[in-house]
Amino acid sequence: MDIPFLYETLLKLLTGVPLTLQLASSSVGLGAILAVMLALARLSGLRLLIWPASFYVFIFRSTPLLVQIFLIYHGLGQFHAVRASFLWPILREPYWCALIALTLNTAAYACEIVRGALLSVPPGQIEAARACGMSPFTLYRRIVFPLALRHALPGYGNEFILMIKSTALASIITLMEVTGLAAELISESFRAIEILIVAAATYLFINFTITRLVLWAEYTLSADLRPPPVTQRQGGSL
Amino acid sequence: MIRNTILATALSLAGLCGEALAQDTTHIRIATEGAYAPWNYTLPDGTLAGYEIDLAQELCKRMKAQCEIVAQNWDGMLPALNAGKFDAIIASMGVTPERAEVAAFSDPYSTAPNAFLALKGSGLAEALPWHDKFDLRDKAAGSKEIVGKLDAALKGKVLGIQGSTTAGKFVDAYLKDAVTVRSYKTQDEANLDLVAGRIDLTMANITVLAETLKRPDMAVAELVGPTFVLASGTSVALRKSDTALKDKFNAAIHDVNADGFNKALTERWFGVDISVKN
Repeated sequence: MDIPFLYETLLKLLTGVPLTLQLASSSVGLGAILAVMLALARLSGLRLLIWPASFYVFIFRSTPLLVQIFLIYHGLGQFHAVRASFLWPILREPYWCALIALTLNTAAYACEIVRGALLSVPPGQIEAARACGMSPFTLYRRIVFPLALRHALPGYGNEFILMIKSTALASIITLMEVTGLAAELISESFRAIEILIVAAATYLFINFTITRLVLWAEYTLSADLRPPPVTQRQGGSL
Repeated sequence: MIRNTILATALSLAGLCGEALAQDTTHIRIATEGAYAPWNYTLPDGTLAGYEIDLAQELCKRMKAQCEIVAQNWDGMLPALNAGKFDAIIASMGVTPERAEVAAFSDPYSTAPNAFLALKGSGLAEALPWHDKFDLRDKAAGSKEIVGKLDAALKGKVLGIQGSTTAGKFVDAYLKDAVTVRSYKTQDEANLDLVAGRIDLTMANITVLAETLKRPDMAVAELVGPTFVLASGTSVALRKSDTALKDKFNAAIHDVNADGFNKALTERWFGVDISVKN
Protein backbone atom coordinates (compact mmCIF):
# COMPACT_ATOMS: atom_id res chain seq x y z
CA MET A 1 0.00 0.00 0.00
CA ASP A 2 1.40 3.29 -1.12
CA ILE A 3 -0.44 5.61 1.26
CA PRO A 4 1.12 8.89 0.03
CA PHE A 5 0.14 8.02 -3.55
CA LEU A 6 -3.43 7.18 -2.50
CA TYR A 7 -3.64 10.44 -0.58
CA GLU A 8 -2.31 12.42 -3.53
CA THR A 9 -4.82 10.68 -5.83
CA LEU A 10 -7.65 11.45 -3.43
CA LEU A 11 -6.73 15.14 -3.37
CA LYS A 12 -6.74 15.24 -7.19
CA LEU A 13 -10.04 13.35 -7.49
CA LEU A 14 -11.71 15.59 -4.91
CA THR A 15 -11.31 18.51 -7.33
CA GLY A 16 -13.80 16.67 -9.55
CA VAL A 17 -16.41 16.25 -6.82
CA PRO A 18 -18.01 19.72 -7.26
CA LEU A 19 -18.67 18.97 -10.95
CA THR A 20 -20.08 15.53 -10.12
CA LEU A 21 -22.39 16.98 -7.46
CA GLN A 22 -23.37 19.89 -9.67
CA LEU A 23 -24.30 17.61 -12.59
CA ALA A 24 -26.22 15.20 -10.36
CA SER A 25 -28.13 17.75 -8.29
CA SER A 26 -28.99 20.00 -11.24
CA SER A 27 -30.22 17.10 -13.32
CA VAL A 28 -32.23 15.59 -10.46
CA GLY A 29 -33.71 19.01 -9.59
CA LEU A 30 -34.68 19.90 -13.16
CA GLY A 31 -35.67 16.30 -13.83
CA ALA A 32 -38.05 16.34 -10.85
CA ILE A 33 -39.97 19.29 -12.27
CA LEU A 34 -40.21 17.59 -15.64
CA ALA A 35 -41.15 14.31 -13.94
CA VAL A 36 -44.08 15.84 -12.03
CA MET A 37 -45.40 17.39 -15.25
CA LEU A 38 -45.03 14.08 -17.09
CA ALA A 39 -46.70 12.13 -14.28
CA LEU A 40 -49.62 14.56 -14.16
CA ALA A 41 -49.90 14.26 -17.95
CA ARG A 42 -49.97 10.47 -17.70
CA LEU A 43 -52.69 10.61 -15.05
CA SER A 44 -54.68 13.38 -16.72
CA GLY A 45 -57.04 10.99 -18.52
CA LEU A 46 -56.54 12.99 -21.73
CA ARG A 47 -55.13 10.89 -24.58
CA LEU A 48 -53.52 13.95 -26.09
CA LEU A 49 -51.35 14.22 -22.96
CA ILE A 50 -51.05 10.54 -22.02
CA TRP A 51 -49.60 9.34 -25.32
CA PRO A 52 -46.73 11.84 -25.70
CA ALA A 53 -45.79 11.42 -22.02
CA SER A 54 -45.88 7.62 -22.24
CA PHE A 55 -43.86 7.70 -25.45
CA TYR A 56 -41.26 9.96 -23.84
CA VAL A 57 -40.89 7.64 -20.84
CA PHE A 58 -40.68 4.61 -23.14
CA ILE A 59 -37.93 6.16 -25.27
CA PHE A 60 -35.73 7.44 -22.46
CA ARG A 61 -36.07 4.38 -20.23
CA SER A 62 -35.44 1.92 -23.03
CA THR A 63 -32.25 3.36 -24.50
CA PRO A 64 -28.84 3.50 -22.77
CA LEU A 65 -27.89 6.80 -21.17
CA LEU A 66 -24.52 6.52 -22.90
CA VAL A 67 -26.23 6.47 -26.29
CA GLN A 68 -28.41 9.43 -25.28
CA ILE A 69 -25.31 11.43 -24.28
CA PHE A 70 -23.59 10.56 -27.56
CA LEU A 71 -26.69 11.45 -29.59
CA ILE A 72 -27.05 14.83 -27.93
CA TYR A 73 -23.34 15.65 -28.01
CA HIS A 74 -22.07 14.19 -31.29
CA GLY A 75 -25.40 13.57 -33.03
CA LEU A 76 -26.88 17.05 -32.84
CA GLY A 77 -23.50 18.64 -33.56
CA GLN A 78 -23.46 16.98 -36.98
CA PHE A 79 -26.38 19.01 -38.32
CA HIS A 80 -25.51 22.30 -39.82
CA ALA A 81 -28.98 23.61 -38.94
CA VAL A 82 -28.31 22.93 -35.25
CA ARG A 83 -24.89 24.56 -35.43
CA ALA A 84 -26.38 27.63 -37.03
CA SER A 85 -29.28 27.88 -34.58
CA PHE A 86 -29.61 29.85 -31.36
CA LEU A 87 -29.24 26.57 -29.44
CA TRP A 88 -25.64 26.09 -30.48
CA PRO A 89 -24.06 28.24 -27.74
CA ILE A 90 -25.63 25.73 -25.30
CA LEU A 91 -25.19 22.50 -27.26
CA ARG A 92 -21.62 23.48 -28.10
CA GLU A 93 -20.60 23.01 -24.48
CA PRO A 94 -20.05 19.47 -23.20
CA TYR A 95 -21.35 20.54 -19.77
CA TRP A 96 -24.78 21.52 -21.07
CA CYS A 97 -25.02 18.46 -23.29
CA ALA A 98 -24.33 16.21 -20.31
CA LEU A 99 -26.80 18.09 -18.13
CA ILE A 100 -29.54 17.90 -20.78
CA ALA A 101 -29.00 14.16 -21.31
CA LEU A 102 -28.95 13.41 -17.57
CA THR A 103 -32.06 15.54 -16.94
CA LEU A 104 -34.10 13.99 -19.75
CA ASN A 105 -33.06 10.53 -18.62
CA THR A 106 -33.81 10.93 -14.92
CA ALA A 107 -37.14 12.62 -15.70
CA ALA A 108 -38.33 9.46 -17.44
CA TYR A 109 -37.55 7.24 -14.46
CA ALA A 110 -38.74 9.78 -11.90
CA CYS A 111 -42.02 10.19 -13.81
CA GLU A 112 -42.83 6.58 -12.98
CA ILE A 113 -41.84 7.04 -9.33
CA VAL A 114 -44.07 10.10 -9.05
CA ARG A 115 -46.92 8.42 -10.92
CA GLY A 116 -46.78 5.42 -8.60
CA ALA A 117 -46.67 7.68 -5.56
CA LEU A 118 -49.67 9.71 -6.75
CA LEU A 119 -51.63 6.52 -7.40
CA SER A 120 -50.82 5.23 -3.93
CA VAL A 121 -52.66 8.08 -2.21
CA PRO A 122 -55.67 6.32 -0.63
CA PRO A 123 -58.93 7.24 -2.38
CA GLY A 124 -60.56 7.69 1.04
CA GLN A 125 -58.27 10.61 1.81
CA ILE A 126 -59.16 12.29 -1.47
CA GLU A 127 -62.87 11.73 -0.95
CA ALA A 128 -62.65 13.10 2.59
CA ALA A 129 -60.88 16.20 1.30
CA ARG A 130 -63.51 16.68 -1.39
CA ALA A 131 -66.22 16.25 1.23
CA CYS A 132 -64.59 19.06 3.20
CA GLY A 133 -65.06 21.23 0.13
CA MET A 134 -61.42 21.56 -0.97
CA SER A 135 -60.80 22.90 -4.46
CA PRO A 136 -58.74 20.60 -6.74
CA PHE A 137 -55.67 22.83 -6.27
CA THR A 138 -55.96 22.82 -2.48
CA LEU A 139 -56.60 19.08 -2.59
CA TYR A 140 -53.34 18.51 -4.42
CA ARG A 141 -51.38 20.97 -2.31
CA ARG A 142 -52.59 19.81 1.09
CA ILE A 143 -53.45 16.13 0.65
CA VAL A 144 -52.15 14.45 -2.52
CA PHE A 145 -48.64 15.89 -2.86
CA PRO A 146 -47.61 15.61 0.80
CA LEU A 147 -48.76 11.96 0.90
CA ALA A 148 -47.25 11.15 -2.49
CA LEU A 149 -43.95 12.74 -1.49
CA ARG A 150 -43.58 10.28 1.39
CA HIS A 151 -44.29 7.36 -0.89
CA ALA A 152 -41.90 8.65 -3.53
CA LEU A 153 -38.94 9.30 -1.24
CA PRO A 154 -37.39 5.81 -1.02
CA GLY A 155 -37.63 5.37 -4.78
CA TYR A 156 -36.37 8.87 -5.40
CA GLY A 157 -33.42 8.27 -3.10
CA ASN A 158 -32.52 5.37 -5.36
CA GLU A 159 -32.77 7.60 -8.40
CA PHE A 160 -30.52 10.26 -6.86
CA ILE A 161 -27.86 7.65 -6.11
CA LEU A 162 -28.13 6.28 -9.64
CA MET A 163 -27.70 9.78 -11.02
CA ILE A 164 -24.55 10.38 -8.94
CA LYS A 165 -23.09 7.29 -10.57
CA SER A 166 -24.45 8.17 -14.01
CA THR A 167 -22.43 11.40 -14.03
CA ALA A 168 -19.39 9.17 -14.55
CA LEU A 169 -20.56 8.82 -18.16
CA ALA A 170 -20.03 12.56 -18.67
CA SER A 171 -16.30 11.86 -18.76
CA ILE A 172 -16.62 10.46 -22.27
CA ILE A 173 -17.62 13.87 -23.59
CA THR A 174 -14.46 15.37 -22.08
CA LEU A 175 -15.91 16.52 -18.75
CA MET A 176 -13.37 16.18 -15.99
CA GLU A 177 -15.50 14.95 -13.11
CA VAL A 178 -14.30 12.25 -10.70
CA THR A 179 -14.17 9.45 -13.29
CA GLY A 180 -12.69 11.69 -15.97
CA LEU A 181 -9.93 12.75 -13.60
CA ALA A 182 -9.35 9.12 -12.59
CA ALA A 183 -8.97 8.09 -16.24
CA GLU A 184 -6.49 10.90 -16.77
CA LEU A 185 -4.47 9.93 -13.70
CA ILE A 186 -4.40 6.31 -14.86
CA SER A 187 -3.07 7.32 -18.25
CA GLU A 188 -0.32 9.28 -16.53
CA SER A 189 0.79 6.71 -13.99
CA PHE A 190 -0.70 3.41 -15.29
CA ARG A 191 -1.65 2.55 -11.70
CA ALA A 192 -5.22 1.61 -12.49
CA ILE A 193 -6.15 -0.36 -9.37
CA GLU A 194 -5.14 2.19 -6.75
CA ILE A 195 -6.73 5.10 -8.61
CA LEU A 196 -9.98 3.28 -9.35
CA ILE A 197 -10.28 2.20 -5.71
CA VAL A 198 -9.91 5.81 -4.59
CA ALA A 199 -12.48 6.87 -7.21
CA ALA A 200 -14.90 4.17 -6.02
CA ALA A 201 -14.39 5.27 -2.42
CA THR A 202 -15.17 8.85 -3.41
CA TYR A 203 -18.51 7.82 -4.91
CA LEU A 204 -19.16 5.59 -1.91
CA PHE A 205 -18.71 8.51 0.45
CA ILE A 206 -20.94 10.82 -1.61
CA ASN A 207 -23.68 8.21 -1.77
CA PHE A 208 -23.34 7.36 1.91
CA THR A 209 -24.06 11.01 2.70
CA ILE A 210 -27.01 11.06 0.32
CA THR A 211 -28.61 7.91 1.76
CA ARG A 212 -28.34 9.48 5.25
CA LEU A 213 -29.99 12.67 3.97
CA VAL A 214 -32.81 10.71 2.36
CA LEU A 215 -33.35 8.70 5.56
CA TRP A 216 -33.44 11.91 7.56
CA ALA A 217 -35.99 13.39 5.15
CA GLU A 218 -38.12 10.26 5.41
CA TYR A 219 -38.00 10.45 9.20
CA THR A 220 -38.94 14.13 9.24
CA LEU A 221 -41.83 13.70 6.82
CA SER A 222 -43.42 10.75 8.57
CA ALA A 223 -44.13 12.28 11.96
CA ASP A 224 -47.62 10.79 11.91
CA LEU A 225 -46.24 7.24 11.83
CA ARG A 226 -44.12 7.68 14.94
CA PRO A 227 -45.50 7.23 18.45
CA PRO A 228 -46.20 10.61 20.00
CA PRO A 229 -43.40 11.94 22.19
CA VAL A 230 -43.91 11.19 25.87
CA THR A 231 -44.63 14.45 27.63
CA GLN A 232 -43.79 14.97 31.25
CA ARG A 233 -46.96 14.71 33.26
CA GLN A 234 -47.59 17.84 35.21
CA GLY A 235 -47.60 17.14 38.91
CA GLY A 236 -50.98 16.68 40.58
CA SER A 237 -53.24 17.03 37.61
CA LEU A 238 -55.18 13.95 36.50
CA MET B 1 -10.56 -36.37 -4.91
CA ILE B 2 -12.41 -33.82 -6.99
CA ARG B 3 -10.76 -31.09 -5.05
CA ASN B 4 -7.37 -32.57 -5.83
CA THR B 5 -8.17 -32.73 -9.52
CA ILE B 6 -9.28 -29.10 -9.53
CA LEU B 7 -6.16 -28.12 -7.65
CA ALA B 8 -3.96 -30.04 -10.04
CA THR B 9 -5.69 -28.49 -13.04
CA ALA B 10 -5.39 -25.03 -11.57
CA LEU B 11 -1.74 -25.56 -10.84
CA SER B 12 -0.95 -26.88 -14.28
CA LEU B 13 -2.92 -24.04 -15.87
CA ALA B 14 -1.05 -21.53 -13.75
CA GLY B 15 2.17 -23.21 -14.76
CA LEU B 16 1.21 -23.07 -18.43
CA CYS B 17 0.26 -19.41 -18.21
CA GLY B 18 3.45 -18.49 -16.45
CA GLU B 19 5.41 -20.28 -19.11
CA ALA B 20 3.43 -18.64 -21.88
CA LEU B 21 4.08 -15.25 -20.34
CA ALA B 22 7.78 -15.63 -19.90
CA GLN B 23 9.11 -18.17 -22.35
CA ASP B 24 7.04 -18.89 -25.41
CA THR B 25 8.20 -16.60 -28.19
CA THR B 26 6.61 -18.56 -31.02
CA HIS B 27 3.02 -17.69 -30.09
CA ILE B 28 2.60 -13.97 -29.68
CA ARG B 29 -0.56 -12.02 -28.99
CA ILE B 30 -0.19 -8.49 -30.28
CA ALA B 31 -2.51 -5.64 -29.29
CA THR B 32 -3.27 -2.65 -31.45
CA GLU B 33 -5.83 0.14 -31.16
CA GLY B 34 -7.68 -0.33 -34.43
CA ALA B 35 -8.75 3.33 -34.50
CA TYR B 36 -5.70 5.25 -35.67
CA ALA B 37 -5.75 5.17 -39.45
CA PRO B 38 -3.60 4.64 -41.39
CA TRP B 39 -1.37 3.13 -38.68
CA ASN B 40 -3.97 0.67 -37.49
CA TYR B 41 -7.70 0.73 -38.11
CA THR B 42 -10.73 -1.49 -38.32
CA LEU B 43 -12.36 -2.25 -41.65
CA PRO B 44 -16.17 -2.20 -41.91
CA ASP B 45 -16.18 -6.02 -41.69
CA GLY B 46 -14.29 -5.91 -38.40
CA THR B 47 -10.86 -7.02 -39.59
CA LEU B 48 -7.80 -4.96 -38.75
CA ALA B 49 -5.77 -3.17 -41.39
CA GLY B 50 -3.08 -0.55 -41.64
CA TYR B 51 0.65 -0.02 -41.72
CA GLU B 52 1.23 -1.58 -38.33
CA ILE B 53 -0.88 -4.64 -39.12
CA ASP B 54 1.22 -5.28 -42.24
CA LEU B 55 4.40 -4.59 -40.29
CA ALA B 56 3.41 -6.87 -37.41
CA GLN B 57 2.68 -9.71 -39.80
CA GLU B 58 6.04 -9.26 -41.52
CA LEU B 59 7.87 -9.09 -38.18
CA CYS B 60 6.16 -12.28 -37.07
CA LYS B 61 7.12 -14.01 -40.31
CA ARG B 62 10.74 -13.03 -39.77
CA MET B 63 10.61 -14.10 -36.12
CA LYS B 64 9.08 -17.40 -37.26
CA ALA B 65 6.27 -16.83 -34.77
CA GLN B 66 2.54 -17.36 -34.92
CA CYS B 67 0.84 -14.08 -34.14
CA GLU B 68 -2.65 -13.09 -33.23
CA ILE B 69 -3.45 -9.41 -33.55
CA VAL B 70 -6.27 -8.08 -31.35
CA ALA B 71 -7.88 -4.65 -31.07
CA GLN B 72 -7.74 -3.05 -27.64
CA ASN B 73 -8.75 0.30 -26.16
CA TRP B 74 -5.87 2.76 -26.15
CA ASP B 75 -6.65 3.56 -22.53
CA GLY B 76 -5.34 0.88 -20.26
CA MET B 77 -3.26 -0.84 -22.93
CA LEU B 78 -0.07 -0.85 -20.88
CA PRO B 79 -1.70 -2.17 -17.68
CA ALA B 80 -3.35 -4.91 -19.76
CA LEU B 81 0.05 -5.82 -21.24
CA ASN B 82 1.49 -6.23 -17.76
CA ALA B 83 -1.58 -8.18 -16.69
CA GLY B 84 -0.72 -10.71 -19.39
CA LYS B 85 -3.74 -10.15 -21.66
CA PHE B 86 -1.36 -9.97 -24.62
CA ASP B 87 2.39 -10.03 -25.15
CA ALA B 88 3.18 -6.98 -27.26
CA ILE B 89 1.70 -3.62 -28.28
CA ILE B 90 2.14 -2.34 -31.80
CA ALA B 91 -0.04 0.76 -31.75
CA SER B 92 1.99 3.77 -32.82
CA MET B 93 3.31 4.07 -29.29
CA GLY B 94 6.21 6.45 -28.72
CA VAL B 95 8.62 5.90 -25.87
CA THR B 96 8.20 8.38 -23.02
CA PRO B 97 9.88 8.23 -19.59
CA GLU B 98 6.52 7.36 -17.94
CA ARG B 99 5.85 4.50 -20.32
CA ALA B 100 9.42 3.25 -20.07
CA GLU B 101 8.88 2.91 -16.34
CA VAL B 102 6.16 0.28 -16.73
CA ALA B 103 7.14 -1.49 -19.96
CA ALA B 104 10.11 -2.38 -22.12
CA PHE B 105 10.34 -0.97 -25.62
CA SER B 106 11.96 -2.37 -28.75
CA ASP B 107 14.09 -0.24 -31.02
CA PRO B 108 11.89 2.19 -32.99
CA TYR B 109 10.45 1.13 -36.35
CA SER B 110 9.25 4.52 -37.52
CA THR B 111 9.35 8.16 -36.60
CA ALA B 112 6.71 10.77 -37.41
CA PRO B 113 6.18 14.22 -35.90
CA ASN B 114 3.00 15.62 -34.33
CA ALA B 115 1.14 18.46 -36.04
CA PHE B 116 -1.79 20.81 -35.46
CA LEU B 117 -5.09 20.61 -37.31
CA ALA B 118 -7.49 23.58 -37.43
CA LEU B 119 -10.45 24.76 -39.48
CA LYS B 120 -9.79 26.69 -42.66
CA GLY B 121 -10.52 30.37 -42.22
CA SER B 122 -10.13 30.17 -38.44
CA GLY B 123 -7.13 32.49 -38.63
CA LEU B 124 -4.90 29.93 -36.95
CA ALA B 125 -2.85 29.35 -40.11
CA GLU B 126 -1.94 33.05 -39.97
CA ALA B 127 -1.46 32.99 -36.22
CA LEU B 128 1.08 30.17 -36.47
CA PRO B 129 3.34 31.26 -39.33
CA TRP B 130 6.08 28.72 -38.55
CA HIS B 131 6.38 25.57 -40.59
CA ASP B 132 9.56 23.91 -39.42
CA LYS B 133 9.98 20.59 -37.71
CA PHE B 134 11.20 20.99 -34.15
CA ASP B 135 12.75 18.21 -32.16
CA LEU B 136 11.89 18.91 -28.55
CA ARG B 137 14.21 16.18 -27.33
CA ASP B 138 17.27 18.24 -28.20
CA LYS B 139 17.88 21.15 -25.92
CA ALA B 140 18.53 23.63 -28.75
CA ALA B 141 17.32 27.13 -28.02
CA GLY B 142 15.15 27.23 -31.15
CA SER B 143 12.85 24.53 -29.86
CA LYS B 144 12.25 26.27 -26.55
CA GLU B 145 11.70 29.57 -28.28
CA ILE B 146 9.00 28.19 -30.57
CA VAL B 147 7.06 26.88 -27.60
CA GLY B 148 6.99 30.39 -26.12
CA LYS B 149 5.69 31.81 -29.40
CA LEU B 150 3.04 29.08 -29.64
CA ASP B 151 1.92 29.85 -26.13
CA ALA B 152 1.26 33.49 -27.01
CA ALA B 153 -0.43 32.70 -30.34
CA LEU B 154 -2.81 30.11 -28.90
CA LYS B 155 -3.90 32.05 -25.84
CA GLY B 156 -7.56 31.33 -25.02
CA LYS B 157 -8.04 28.64 -27.68
CA VAL B 158 -9.62 25.27 -27.01
CA LEU B 159 -7.35 22.39 -27.98
CA GLY B 160 -8.50 18.78 -28.25
CA ILE B 161 -6.18 15.82 -27.88
CA GLN B 162 -6.52 12.09 -27.48
CA GLY B 163 -5.83 11.25 -23.84
CA SER B 164 -2.46 9.74 -22.88
CA THR B 165 -0.73 10.37 -26.21
CA THR B 166 2.61 12.09 -26.76
CA ALA B 167 0.65 15.03 -28.17
CA GLY B 168 -1.29 15.17 -24.91
CA LYS B 169 1.96 15.16 -22.95
CA PHE B 170 3.28 17.98 -25.09
CA VAL B 171 0.18 20.11 -24.55
CA ASP B 172 0.30 19.36 -20.85
CA ALA B 173 3.93 20.34 -20.57
CA TYR B 174 4.03 23.45 -22.75
CA LEU B 175 0.60 24.86 -23.55
CA LYS B 176 -1.49 24.11 -20.46
CA ASP B 177 -1.58 27.70 -19.24
CA ALA B 178 -2.47 29.17 -22.64
CA VAL B 179 -5.18 26.84 -23.94
CA THR B 180 -8.18 24.98 -22.58
CA VAL B 181 -7.49 21.28 -23.05
CA ARG B 182 -10.21 18.77 -23.89
CA SER B 183 -9.21 15.16 -23.63
CA TYR B 184 -10.86 12.57 -25.92
CA LYS B 185 -10.87 8.78 -25.96
CA THR B 186 -10.11 8.59 -29.67
CA GLN B 187 -8.68 11.03 -32.21
CA ASP B 188 -11.84 10.62 -34.32
CA GLU B 189 -13.94 12.23 -31.59
CA ALA B 190 -11.56 15.18 -31.42
CA ASN B 191 -11.81 15.53 -35.22
CA LEU B 192 -15.62 15.47 -35.03
CA ASP B 193 -15.59 18.25 -32.46
CA LEU B 194 -13.14 20.26 -34.55
CA VAL B 195 -15.55 20.17 -37.50
CA ALA B 196 -18.49 20.88 -35.17
CA GLY B 197 -16.65 23.95 -33.90
CA ARG B 198 -16.39 22.86 -30.28
CA ILE B 199 -12.60 23.01 -30.32
CA ASP B 200 -10.29 25.36 -32.21
CA LEU B 201 -7.55 22.90 -32.99
CA THR B 202 -6.27 19.43 -32.32
CA MET B 203 -2.80 17.93 -32.22
CA ALA B 204 -1.85 14.43 -33.31
CA ASN B 205 0.60 12.41 -35.37
CA ILE B 206 0.93 14.15 -38.76
CA THR B 207 0.37 10.92 -40.71
CA VAL B 208 -2.94 10.34 -38.94
CA LEU B 209 -4.08 13.91 -39.55
CA ALA B 210 -3.08 13.68 -43.21
CA GLU B 211 -5.19 10.54 -43.55
CA THR B 212 -8.10 12.22 -41.79
CA LEU B 213 -7.96 15.11 -44.24
CA LYS B 214 -8.76 12.72 -47.10
CA ARG B 215 -12.30 12.28 -45.78
CA PRO B 216 -14.87 14.54 -47.47
CA ASP B 217 -16.28 15.87 -44.19
CA MET B 218 -12.80 16.98 -43.12
CA ALA B 219 -12.30 19.17 -46.19
CA VAL B 220 -12.98 22.19 -43.98
CA ALA B 221 -9.81 21.51 -41.96
CA GLU B 222 -6.12 22.03 -42.68
CA LEU B 223 -2.74 21.43 -41.09
CA VAL B 224 -1.35 24.58 -39.48
CA GLY B 225 1.85 25.67 -37.78
CA PRO B 226 5.03 23.81 -36.94
CA THR B 227 5.48 20.11 -36.33
CA PHE B 228 7.14 18.54 -33.32
CA VAL B 229 9.13 15.39 -32.81
CA LEU B 230 8.22 14.39 -29.27
CA ALA B 231 9.48 10.86 -28.83
CA SER B 232 12.37 8.84 -30.22
CA GLY B 233 9.98 7.05 -32.57
CA THR B 234 7.31 4.40 -32.34
CA SER B 235 8.30 1.09 -30.80
CA VAL B 236 6.88 -2.25 -29.84
CA ALA B 237 5.93 -2.26 -26.15
CA LEU B 238 6.69 -5.44 -24.21
CA ARG B 239 6.72 -6.67 -20.65
CA LYS B 240 10.01 -5.91 -18.94
CA SER B 241 10.46 -9.58 -18.09
CA ASP B 242 10.22 -10.74 -21.72
CA THR B 243 13.80 -10.01 -22.71
CA ALA B 244 14.00 -12.88 -25.19
CA LEU B 245 10.96 -11.57 -27.04
CA LYS B 246 12.43 -8.07 -27.09
CA ASP B 247 15.64 -9.38 -28.66
CA LYS B 248 13.62 -11.19 -31.32
CA PHE B 249 11.58 -8.09 -32.12
CA ASN B 250 14.73 -5.95 -32.27
CA ALA B 251 16.38 -8.36 -34.69
CA ALA B 252 13.29 -8.42 -36.92
CA ILE B 253 12.92 -4.62 -36.84
CA HIS B 254 16.56 -4.13 -37.79
CA ASP B 255 16.00 -6.64 -40.56
CA VAL B 256 12.97 -4.86 -42.10
CA ASN B 257 14.75 -1.51 -41.84
CA ALA B 258 17.94 -2.88 -43.42
CA ASP B 259 16.46 -4.55 -46.50
CA GLY B 260 14.12 -1.66 -47.39
CA PHE B 261 10.90 -3.50 -46.58
CA ASN B 262 9.90 -0.94 -43.96
CA LYS B 263 10.79 1.97 -46.26
CA ALA B 264 8.55 0.58 -49.00
CA LEU B 265 5.77 -0.16 -46.52
CA THR B 266 5.75 3.33 -44.95
CA GLU B 267 5.83 4.88 -48.41
CA ARG B 268 2.87 2.78 -49.42
CA TRP B 269 0.82 3.70 -46.35
CA PHE B 270 1.90 7.29 -45.66
CA GLY B 271 3.27 8.55 -48.97
CA VAL B 272 6.56 9.35 -47.22
CA ASP B 273 9.40 7.29 -45.86
CA ILE B 274 9.20 7.41 -42.07
CA SER B 275 11.14 4.21 -41.49
CA VAL B 276 14.13 4.28 -39.15
CA LYS B 277 17.62 4.25 -40.64
CA ASN B 278 19.79 1.69 -38.87
